Amino acid sequence: MQTKRMTFPGHWLPYALLAPQVIITLIFFIWPAGQAMYQSLLREDAFGLKTTFVGLENFARLFRDGAYLNSLSVTAVFAIGTTLLSMSVALLLASTVNRMIRSRSTYTTLLVWPYAIAPAIAGVLWWFIFHPSIGVIPYVLDMVGYDWNHRTSGADAMLLVVFAAAWKQISYNFLFFLAGLQSIPQSLIEAAAIDGASPFKRFWTIVFPLLTPTTFFLMVVNVVYAMFDTFGIIHATTEGGPSQATNTLVYKVYSDGFVGLNLGSSAAQSVILMAIVVALTIVQFRYIERRVNY
Amino acid sequence: MASITLEGLKKTYGGNVDAVKGIDLSIEDGEFVVLVGPSGCGKSTLLRMVAGLESITQGTLKIGDRVVNRLEPAERDIAMVFQNYALYPHMTVYNNLAYGLKNRKFNREQIEARVQTAARMLEITDFLQRKPRQLSGGQRQRVAMGRALVRDPAAFLLDEPLSNLDAKLRVQMRVEIKQLQRRLKTTSLYVTHDQLEAMTLGDRLVVLNGGQIEQVGTPMEIYARPASMFVAGFIGSPAMNMLPLDYLHVQGSGALLHDLPENTDTVGIRPDDMLLQAPDSPHFTVEATLVLFEAAGAESHLYVQLADSEQPTVIRTSGQPPVSEGDTLTLHIAREAIHPFNSASGKRTGG
Ligand SMILES: Nc1ncnc2c1ncn2[C@@H]1O[C@H](COP(=O)(O)OP(=O)(O)OP(=O)(O)O)[C@@H](O)[C@H]1O
Ligand SMILES: [Mg+2]
Repeated sequence: MQTKRMTFPGHWLPYALLAPQVIITLIFFIWPAGQAMYQSLLREDAFGLKTTFVGLENFARLFRDGAYLNSLSVTAVFAIGTTLLSMSVALLLASTVNRMIRSRSTYTTLLVWPYAIAPAIAGVLWWFIFHPSIGVIPYVLDMVGYDWNHRTSGADAMLLVVFAAAWKQISYNFLFFLAGLQSIPQSLIEAAAIDGASPFKRFWTIVFPLLTPTTFFLMVVNVVYAMFDTFGIIHATTEGGPSQATNTLVYKVYSDGFVGLNLGSSAAQSVILMAIVVALTIVQFRYIERRVNY
Repeated sequence: MASITLEGLKKTYGGNVDAVKGIDLSIEDGEFVVLVGPSGCGKSTLLRMVAGLESITQGTLKIGDRVVNRLEPAERDIAMVFQNYALYPHMTVYNNLAYGLKNRKFNREQIEARVQTAARMLEITDFLQRKPRQLSGGQRQRVAMGRALVRDPAAFLLDEPLSNLDAKLRVQMRVEIKQLQRRLKTTSLYVTHDQLEAMTLGDRLVVLNGGQIEQVGTPMEIYARPASMFVAGFIGSPAMNMLPLDYLHVQGSGALLHDLPENTDTVGIRPDDMLLQAPDSPHFTVEATLVLFEAAGAESHLYVQLADSEQPTVIRTSGQPPVSEGDTLTLHIAREAIHPFNSASGKRTGG
């Protein structure tokens, strides 16, 4: 790619122009990250009076801690559930909208709205909808004989946070899937129709494989979202409960560190999360750059 | 294999765009028919209606003796070659060819046998394990052809299949397609806007204009007796010269034009029929000035200005005649080279 090169007189101007960004990154990202790494090697007593260096003890403890291992599996279930739900609903909506001609833009606008809503607001919204005594859904479920209560049932609570988290992400996935669908030439679908493939078969043998790059990209984005960007939703709905059933890794960092004041352990958890983000980013770069499948 | 019959076929888009305005045409079993016409005349639309990719607004479409108006594309037993080839990019060439067979529940051995036969026929055996993006344009074109013929359909529908190839490859593929069709004897409907393809490929040529048929006939019939001024201008390159009859009455000498059919007010003369040497047959002459000389190898194009006329006129001669720009030429036009037209109706006069 040809890009236009600017040359600046002197040496200080480029640095001065970069400085604000560098300073912000240093203060809000690098420094806290360094602090977390440093803290993860320390243990502090509850009053913050005495700090001792404990090496990797915080990490070792974590992996012996049943609550942490539980949180790992909760996070896995939550991330997979959210990703699957939001992506499949988004794909369904996108293929439906893609078939429309006149009303396409209206539907697209409507479907994108949820994305503009803050996670906490989305959480509160779902908190109301699913509220065991005043919510609409428990009321309907009650009529078919299901007693919904996410305050006592871990499964219900998990469903609730998955719904709330997935709902918010549908818009984003929808836009990408729609763009992906629109980039598939119509003549391919027509050729497949002439080749005797039913609409269902056309979707699974032509459209879906051609969407692989989009699907893969969205999968990574959604997992990252579910793991790191859903604090607000969980905080506003279940607060990690009942009995740790929705206590994801990110939420646990918060509750252990800020509520439980176990800073060393909380920092160690942050460092693990950081490692996960880095790993996911590498996966994304390696495979997306290389264009999955074809 | 089957005949294709179109009866009063019409297509209206969105309630007011008449893309195809009533086409009657019957294509015999095994015949190769070429549809030609200017851009936007409804060629693709017509072909896609036959394929079942476009609904039929009005009229009847038969393949064999089945009315297929409401059948899905897959049930019509046709194969189509698209202008952009529409190869499945995520499948190997082998799977591109096999896809239609798999969907039709052929067993593994049958698929293998048919794909190999088609691949040999089109000389793509070496590429069977490649993906389309690893092929050149010409190879992709062959794969697209292979995908059409591997199923042994009742009819081939081809929409400008060669227009994405360079000139040389185009000639080569044109010849191959013609040979292939002769060998397989599959009824074919071929859309093009290329003069040469139109003239050379088909058993019959259908000239479309504005969603209607202007003329149907063998390419030579159409070339020799264009039924309208439109066809006369469209078929043949460079296009036929059109002159007002009155002009020839005044400027022409040795004129033998009083026996032209009634209502004739315009005459058409092909660029090759304006001769620099007098022929033996009855003829007349007009004076012209050479404006531009174009040597095109085996032939030359002479752009001339007829005396007292604004009409741009082209002459085609073989070789390179000893003339230079600015010369005054005497053009000899044989009586039988004249095509009589009526400019108001646009039709040929005298039947
Ligand atoms: N989906 C559509 N909606 C409305 N009008 C259409 C549609 N498709 C085609 N048309 C119109 O129908 C007419 C015929 O189109 P068609 O594609 O058949 O032309 P064509 O003869 O194949 O031209 P070309 O040689 O450029 O491919 C055109 O005027 C076009 O604008
Ligand atoms: Mg066309």
